[in-house]
Amino acid sequence: MVKYIGKRIVYMFITLILIATASFFLMQTLPGSPIASYSKLNDTQKAIVEKKYGIDKPKPVQYAIYMKNLAKGDLGTSFAFKGKSVNDLLASRLKPSLILGAQAMVFGTLVGILLGMLAALKQNTFWDYGSTFVAILGISIPSFVFAALLQYWIAAEWHLLPVGLWNDGWKSSVLPSLALAMGPLALSARFIRTEMIEVLSSDYITLAKAKGASGFDIAFKHALRNALIPLITVLGPLAAGLVTGSLVVEQIFAIPGIGEQFVSSIMVSDHATIMGTTLMFSAFLIFIIFIVDILYGVIDPRIRLSGGK
Amino acid sequence: MKSKKWFLLMALTLVLSMFLAACGGDKKEEDKPAAEPDKDEGKTEKPAEEAGEPDAEQVLYLEESAAIPSVDSAIVEDQVGFNVLNNINEGLYRLNQDNIAEPAMAAEEAEVSEDGLTYTFKLRDAKWSDDTPVTADDFVYAWQRAIDPATGSPYGPFMMSGVVKNATEISEEKMEVSELGVKAVDEKTFEVSLERPVPYFLSLMSFGTFYPLKEEFVTSKGDAYATNSEGLLSNGPFVLTDWDGTGDSWTYKKNEHYWDAETVKLGEIHVNVVKDPATGVKLYQDGKLDWTRVSGDLAMQYRDDPEAVIQPETSVFYFKFNQEKGGEKTPLANVNIRKAIAKSFEKEDMVDVVIANGSLAANYLVPTEFAFDENEKDFRDLSGNHLEYNVEEAQEHWKKGLEELGVDSLKLEILGGDTELSKKMDEYFKSQLEGNLEGLTISLKEVPFAVRLELDTNQDYDIQVSGWGPDFQDPISFLDLFVTDGTNNLMSYSNPEYDKLIEDSKGDLALEPEARYEAFAKAEKILLEEDAAIAPIYQRSLVILQKPYYKGLVSHPFGADYSYKWAYISGK
Repeated sequence: MVKYIGKRIVYMFITLILIATASFFLMQTLPGSPIASYSKLNDTQKAIVEKKYGIDKPKPVQYAIYMKNLAKGDLGTSFAFKGKSVNDLLASRLKPSLILGAQAMVFGTLVGILLGMLAALKQNTFWDYGSTFVAILGISIPSFVFAALLQYWIAAEWHLLPVGLWNDGWKSSVLPSLALAMGPLALSARFIRTEMIEVLSSDYITLAKAKGASGFDIAFKHALRNALIPLITVLGPLAAGLVTGSLVVEQIFAIPGIGEQFVSSIMVSDHATIMGTTLMFSAFLIFIIFIVDILYGVIDPRIRLSGGK
Repeated sequence: MKSKKWFLLMALTLVLSMFLAACGGDKKEEDKPAAEPDKDEGKTEKPAEEAGEPDAEQVLYLEESAAIPSVDSAIVEDQVGFNVLNNINEGLYRLNQDNIAEPAMAAEEAEVSEDGLTYTFKLRDAKWSDDTPVTADDFVYAWQRAIDPATGSPYGPFMMSGVVKNATEISEEKMEVSELGVKAVDEKTFEVSLERPVPYFLSLMSFGTFYPLKEEFVTSKGDAYATNSEGLLSNGPFVLTDWDGTGDSWTYKKNEHYWDAETVKLGEIHVNVVKDPATGVKLYQDGKLDWTRVSGDLAMQYRDDPEAVIQPETSVFYFKFNQEKGGEKTPLANVNIRKAIAKSFEKEDMVDVVIANGSLAANYLVPTEFAFDENEKDFRDLSGNHLEYNVEEAQEHWKKGLEELGVDSLKLEILGGDTELSKKMDEYFKSQLEGNLEGLTISLKEVPFAVRLELDTNQDYDIQVSGWGPDFQDPISFLDLFVTDGTNNLMSYSNPEYDKLIEDSKGDLALEPEARYEAFAKAEKILLEEDAAIAPIYQRSLVILQKPYYKGLVSHPFGADYSYKWAYISGK
């Protein structure tokens, strides 16, 4: 197990380096210059600015410098937020995004699992159709549409929760989290339903029933545990979906998070910030996938990691 | 089996989501009131001052469209930054409620030498927010810092080059910073030597780049200077608090050390960044904001709201006609083709129906309500209208142009922005131009701002929808754009006569205001009427929702957008 984890960590670093390299060179193909704001200067003055920021150097040299700093954990200096380090910028904006993401993930998957179970246990009843309907809505409607709807009805019309901003404690986080949660909710409900139906028809469930196990025990102890495995597999991609969703949802609710900042930094060709955010998102995803792989073993002991003992 | 089901489900959801999306779209369209043809001129501006005693509680809630990138006066280059600077700091002059530059840190009007080359400012007894006096040295330090190439200021070299003595050479590393034409004669006397007489020099003094900085404070903070609210020192009406340097919210608090603190009524202003205008409107309606901009499609919906204020701006938008692409002349090098296009689209309808936010149709380059002559007469009254919509004339030019080029049809591309509004406008241009000019095919290219900037720099476009907002209060801020090889020309327009008029305005005519304005009027006529180098489209306005109890807000035509110095709350 330890050997496996060690190997995985090495792979994770290699992946990150590859991502950093790819995004560094891809970013150079983006139109727009990071010193576009200096467009009013004459060419000599511009050249001096380019030299000052080191963007007059050949790309491979810039890359080497970037990677060297990256190795030290320094993500560079933002062009848009003049003179501020990208590390600080990301750190100051991480909290709202993390809160929203975590709440959406936990709420979405838990409710999704319950809905999926309900649908499977009460197959072809009103409950089943109802949860299927919710799931289809959740999958088909993008999170920002939910965001706009929730904002309009719950906040603007009924005044139950704030319309936006990040200054009203937990209340500020409810609607954006709900909007983000719809995707994971729908997906988990569908997965659990399909898997549960299959599991429920297997022999060992019949055996459990024959032994007189209670309905609750069968559903949660036996059926759910087995039905969870495929869901765990999609948790990683789901988290990725949350990230893309949050780009727009944060903007709609005027939340000072990372997603919203990411969009702005692309618009103004703030290379260091784009790189920093991309790397942070990637690291986050790689980590989630890693955790998911570890979880497999916990949930289903049959899945052994590299012949671990 | 399972995958098949999934496929079906996905297909179903896709269809459903398209259906839902379509529904949503339709509903929105219906909600919008049909464009009203009558333009209620009287409604466009609220009376500046309404009677009303200020309330006991003076707390205001505003939105801003982006976070503050910087409040370092040498580094600021954006709208938000300049706005913050203007409210927490103060230059030698400040734009007053009527947008006239009046002495601020200067105690009295500046003394100008006869040749217009030396300005002497007597400073008033003003204090920094740490209770130390503002001195002439603070100005010397700030100006030198702004021009120093080591600072990397985007505006310093631009604003000072060719204006303040030796600025260009210093910015190009050909001279020492200490050789800049500024001097602290004594603690309270600041002297500036100019490169040439600059008639609008005093209006520059209200611009952020020229604000003072206390050297001792700046150097003691080092890299942390102006990176959060602790790293700032104010000499203006407010101090900035609760700003972490990158965050989406901050607060202005009244600066008790401000020399004119008596005038300032607002105690606190809370600002939050709201990027989505629809969210801004909802927050406003929910009472969380006292003021919000209403942009894009929403403007049409809210411009007739009782709490809507239409705020005219000084940004002018126009077609740039690129005369040379990839080293070869384009059809737009033909003056008749340019004139034909310039006169073939109806502008009044466009501002009323398409833009629908109170913007004005423009038959000029230098905006209205912006630059005034000695007798405070608007430059527009001197220069008149050019290139008005006229289909008959357009078609005549078109026929002639095609003949001269020896073709019977043309394909041209319009390069525009990628916002909803830009796209709507581009469609309108396409239908107008193609409808009025036979044989013309227009294709549209809609790209993000950064891409447009790059295509502009590489001169890789046919017709571009472009715009300009002034940096100082003088027609030259616009007219300078189109001199031969000007940094913003980028369309190979060149007319020696035009160049000469602009050159003269900076040289021989600099001290003769009347002749200078005449030269500007003549230059504008050449640029538009004779050469149709560009085709003006509109002068932008902004729709704002403002609570009736929020009074005394002053908006400015250049530099910073707003002053909160005179604002107050009454009857909330």
